[in-house]
Order: sequence, then structure tokens, then C-alpha cells
Amino acid sequence: MADSFNEMYENGAVRAPYAGLEAWARDMPDDLRGMKQSEAEALFRRIGITFAVYGEGGSPDRLIPFDMFPRVFSAAEWDVLDRGIKQRARALNAFLGDMYNRGEMVRAGRIPGHLVYQNDAYEVAVAGFTPPAGVFSHIVGIDLVRTGPDEFFVLEDNCRTPSGVSYMLENREIMMRMFPTLFQENRIAPVETYPAQLKRTLRSVAPKKCEGDPCVVILTPGSFNSAYYEHSFLADMMGVELVEGQDLFVEGEFVWMRTTEGPKRVDVIYRRLDDAFIDPLCFRPDSMLGIPGLMNVYRSGGVSICSAPGAGVADDKAVYTYVPDMVRFYLGEEPILKNVPTWQCAKADDCKYVLENLDDLVVKEVHGSGGYGMLVGPKSTKSEIELFATKIRENPDNYIAQPTLSLSACPTFVDEGVAPRHVDLRPYCLVGQEVNLVPGGLTRVALKEGSLVVNSSQGGGVKDTWVIAGN
Amino acid sequence: MLSRTANNLYWIARYIERAETNARLLEVGARNAMLPDTAGGNRNEWESVLLASGTKEAFDAKYGQAVERNVETHLFFDRENASSVASCLSAARENGRIVRTALTTQVWEALNAAHAELGEMARTERSNLSTTDLIDWTLRACSLIRGAGLATQLRNDGYDFTNIGHHLERADSTARILDVKYYVLLPDIGFVGSGLDNYQWRTVLRAMNATRAFHWVYGGDVTAGKIVDFLVLNRQAPRSLINAADGVRVHLDRLARAYGRETDAQARARDLVARLEATDTEDIFDRGLHQFLRGIIADVNRLGATVHDAYLSGDAR
Repeated sequence: MADSFNEMYENGAVRAPYAGLEAWARDMPDDLRGMKQSEAEALFRRIGITFAVYGEGGSPDRLIPFDMFPRVFSAAEWDVLDRGIKQRARALNAFLGDMYNRGEMVRAGRIPGHLVYQNDAYEVAVAGFTPPAGVFSHIVGIDLVRTGPDEFFVLEDNCRTPSGVSYMLENREIMMRMFPTLFQENRIAPVETYPAQLKRTLRSVAPKKCEGDPCVVILTPGSFNSAYYEHSFLADMMGVELVEGQDLFVEGEFVWMRTTEGPKRVDVIYRRLDDAFIDPLCFRPDSMLGIPGLMNVYRSGGVSICSAPGAGVADDKAVYTYVPDMVRFYLGEEPILKNVPTWQCAKADDCKYVLENLDDLVVKEVHGSGGYGMLVGPKSTKSEIELFATKIRENPDNYIAQPTLSLSACPTFVDEGVAPRHVDLRPYCLVGQEVNLVPGGLTRVALKEGSLVVNSSQGGGVKDTWVIAGN
Repeated sequence: MLSRTANNLYWIARYIERAETNARLLEVGARNAMLPDTAGGNRNEWESVLLASGTKEAFDAKYGQAVERNVETHLFFDRENASSVASCLSAARENGRIVRTALTTQVWEALNAAHAELGEMARTERSNLSTTDLIDWTLRACSLIRGAGLATQLRNDGYDFTNIGHHLERADSTARILDVKYYVLLPDIGFVGSGLDNYQWRTVLRAMNATRAFHWVYGGDVTAGKIVDFLVLNRQAPRSLINAADGVRVHLDRLARAYGRETDAQARARDLVARLEATDTEDIFDRGLHQFLRGIIADVNRLGATVHDAYLSGDAR
């Protein structure tokens, strides 16, 4: 912890973005803090924002721990992030458009073809098709970590259906409700425009055959999904219907929803359902969650699907290594945000290095997520490391490795008062006819002292994320 | 609106009414059980309650003996009984979670609170929960949910589907509670009008929270004829069959106006109201109360099926 960057203090002084918070936290009496913490919990429970983790059992009504100490960025810091995130989102979409058409980047020898075309996430079914505005990934969640005042790294990209944005919005609502004076004294850029911007983004990619006002819906796997709250929250905030597969059907050239007044045409589907499940005729035949025939309508321009089927090929951990190159290749720009140096065990030299340095590395499965199936070398025992080494030797293609980053820490309320805890950041970039980013995102915090794992399934919490308004 | 959303709203309302019916049936059973057993000497009042709830077969298979404690478990706590109070309120809350955005915060909180309290009661030692507590709690929880809706829900088509659910279930429930009498008095039509009979009839009024209302409306003696008139044909009685049927009609007509088209459901609802309007208590007793009530229950079921086909199934064209 000592050697990691503390976002509030630098050389013993309070850093400017946190100037308004240091005294606030120091002067807060313990009993008030306890009261506010219970108030926050009661508010979360009341609005019903809960979280269930697949495979963990336990109550589906669990709350993600909320830490009241905000995480803050200055206007100048955010300006760099804003440009870097938008740049990356544009490059990822250009890459997807290319990979499903001419494949110029492969032809130019800048990325190995097998990483793309033999990738499980590559959908042959949409090859040759270009969605409206050429956009495949409409909501790009880019996970960032910080290691120093100006040191940001992209940990991974999420091009399919990144979740968590409801926390970004609700965390802010609850902070504003509990600490109004903080917001009067600090100039915090608002995030509440996100749902309106999301709706505008989705409407901007209406299909060719759409006449008049596009009808947008959110497609959810159903109320048992762990992110169901978020699906219903976004539908409510945007004023669009929240549908399940059974509510939609294909007839003629279009997709229709079943309403009490008869069928109503649907133009844009923001799906929170994996590719494999959206159309049993095209993908998994046993899926009960999808809409038979959807892909035919999609390919003939009768409906837009966001994100586009096949978008996942861009956020694969093996493809990740090439994103900085995508920025150069498609945009002709230098990447503003850096990647974490990554060794691909698929390459013999890299694999050799990884196996020799497991003590210092973080090893991840190429297709893993949620902090599962990974090895954090410096935090593991000798036998755990040996066990993992065997797994890597058996199937090297399945693993990548990265150095253990010294994640920045943000002041966090703990039992003893305020203490630094490691954080990451997920902003949500919207890509339609325009590219938009609300100033903020979801900050996840590892509540256990010294822990680097911020996943909510493994003891992580969330914080409100502030961007000080520029001039 | 989405047919599935409408269906969920409709069922929330039906579940709430059904939970309340179970509480009312428990009350009828508990009251009747305190009466001397003179009608044929071997009649079990709890069995009539189970018959009226439509769950006697399932009960027999699981519990056998129809004694108070078992019936109470079955009608209130048992999750295997799909129409127990616990099952109904949980199902209502789950349906509410699915259509959370179609409910106001107040309605959602009332549903959520009932669900949470139910959990607490299930963990409480049974000897600390009297039958009266269970009945009172259920009536209060249902009133809160309904009242929150009445006070805060937008008067759109969703409101109509909610109310159609309430009124259909209420018609069914009033008919079923009245029908309990049939089972208690089966042996001899001569019991109609006897002292015991009146006492048991009054229990029905109590179960409907209607004792005082009844006296305000009729005065004088409590007779079977007056009670049937009150609970079937009187428009002043909030839970009368005619009011319940008319409630369905009113909300179906509102829907037809809002959507600019009629379905079979409107005609069927008008027909049911018209038939109730054309009948009187003499007719009913001539035909036999039980036969009459069974007929109403069947009609209400058919009306429910028509509403389902016309609006809720998603097959509307």
C-alpha cells in the first residue's frame, strides 16, 4: 500500500481535486457517519438496487457495499481520459467494421487472422453486414486503473453489454440526497444525462427500414438475471419498454412486440443478452430467451441490435493487445491511453517468460471475467502457483499475463476511520452517430486492506465518481 | 402496454384479493368451529372452508385431518399451496419486481414490506401467532397495497388491468365464501331461517367485514334472504357480486374507449351484470343457492379467460 499512488495525498499535501473532501471527512463525527451509512443502505434497499452473483448462491437481494467517500478527478485529468476513451471506442468500432468486411488490418499483417476469425466471439452470421452508422459496439465500457498522477492504463475493454451504469447514477443520486452541501461547495459535473444520451444514441442507429419515430426496447433475459435491476432502471429512465424474448416475435420483414393493443413494431433492440441466446434459429437452438428469426430481420435492415452480434471479438483478452495498434491503423493517431504490457502465453517466448516469473505476474484466462480463474502471483502460495503453471502448460493459448500493477488508492471509510483502498474505474462511452461520454463512471473499490480485487462478487464495493467541472 | 406487463399487473391484483379471501375463510372457519355441532352431528366446518377454497384434495393428501392448526398452516403458511396467503403475497411481490417500473414507489414498498413481514412471521414460533393475528395482518397488508395503488397509480390502461384483476377475483371470492354455507347446511333446506342458521350466516357477514354495514342497510333481523341480497345483489355492499361484476365491466369499457375497439370481454362482462340485475333472492333460493353460486363462479372464470385471450396472452391482433 505504501508504494501505491494515493489519490488524495501527494508529498504530504492534499491534492487539489480532493481539497473539498479532506476536511469534510476529517470533521465528520463518528455517529453522523454511522447514521449516514445506514441511511445510504436503507435508500439502496428501498429503491431495490440489489445484486446477485451467478454461481455464488446466497440472497438475490444482496446489496453492493457503498462507500460514501467520493473518488475525484480534476477537469484536466478528465480531459485526457475523455479524449482517450472516445479514441479507443472509435478504434474498436472501426476494427469491428473492418473484421466483418475486408479485414484490412489482417491483410496488412498488423493482427494475426486466427485471433479474429477463429475466435469464439466471431459471428460468421454477420460477416459482410455493416450495421447503421457502422457501429457495432454502442456502449463501450473501458476498465481503467491508475498508478500515478498521470499514469492510466486500460485493463480491458467491454464491447458487448457492460453493466454497472445504474450504480454510477444511483450512487450520485444518493450522495446528492445525503450531502447536498458538498455539491454546493464543489462544482461537480452532472452524470444524470446518461439515460437521455443513451436513448439518443440508440435512436440514432435506427435501421434502414424504420419510418418515423424509432421504437426502442431493452431486451432482458428476465427477472432472475443478476443485472435485472439495471435493465428495468434504464428502461424506466429512458421511457422505453423492457421486454423478454417471449414478448417479441418475427413476422414478415420486422420484429414485433406483443401488446394489449396488438403487435407493435420494434426498431432498435438494446439487448442485455449474449449473442448465443438471441436467436435460436441462428445460434443456440435450445435458447428459450431469444427471438426465432431475429437475425434474418437484422441482416435485411428491419431492426437494429445493440450491441451488434459479434461485437465481442473486439474485447477478447488476446485481441486487447492490439488495440493501441488499431488506434494507429484506423485513426492514424497515437493512442492516448496505454495498455498494460501483456504477455500472451500462446507465443512460446512469452509463455517461457510467464512461467519463469509467475511470482510477480497476474495471469488471466483469455475469456474469463469477474475476477474468476485468475492468479495474482505476489498474493499466492507456492502450491497455488505450481498448480497454475500446470494449467498454463496444458493450454497456453488460454492464458495471458500482466505485471502486477500498483493500483492507486482512494480514501475510503473503514471501521477505524478513513484509509486508502485500491480502486479502478469503468466509464461508459456511447457510440452512435456521435460519440459521447458523461463525465464520470463507476469506481469500484477493494474494501479489504491491501486487496487488488475490486469485483463486487469478491468483496468489492462502489463509490460515487466526481469530475470537477471545467470552465 | 406490453401484454406481459398487463398480465403481471392483473395477477398482482388477483393474488392480493386471493390472499385476503384466505384470511376471510380462516375467519369463517374459526368462528363456525366455536358453534355447537348440531347440523347432522358430524359435519366438520373446516372441511367446508377447504372446499370453498378449492384446495381440499391437496389438503387431504398432505395433512389428512382437517383440524384448525393444519388448516391454518395450509391456508396461511404453506408454500406448496399455490393459493395460501404466503404463496399469494410472494407471487404478488415477484410479479411486482418484474414490472417494477409500472408501479409507484408506494405500491412497491407496500408489496415489499408485506413480503419482508411474511418472512419474519415464518420465523416466529407458531404459539406466538394467534389465528386472529394472522387474519388481521393479512387484511391490513392487502389494504395497504390496494390503498397505495388507489392513491398513487397513474389512471392508464395498467390501472384498468389491475382493477379488472381485483374485481374478478373478488367476485370469485365472495361467491366462494357464500358457498361455504352450502356445505355447512347441506343436510336439510329446513335449516334456512333457524337459529343456528342465523348465527352461522352472521359469521359470513363478519368474515366480509360487513356486519355493521348490513345493519345500516337493512335493520331488523338477520335472515338468509337479506344476507344473500346484500352480498349478491346490493350495490351498496362493496364486495357484492353485482359490484364486483360491474367493476370488471367499468374497467373493460374504459379500456375499449382508450384503445378505440371492443373485444368479446366487454360483451361478456355486460352480460354478467345484466343477469345479476335481472335476478332476485327468491329466484336464487328457488334454484338453490349452491347451484346459483357455482354458476357465477363458472361465469367469472369464463370472463377471466376471455380477458386473458383478448389482452393478456400477447396473441391480440
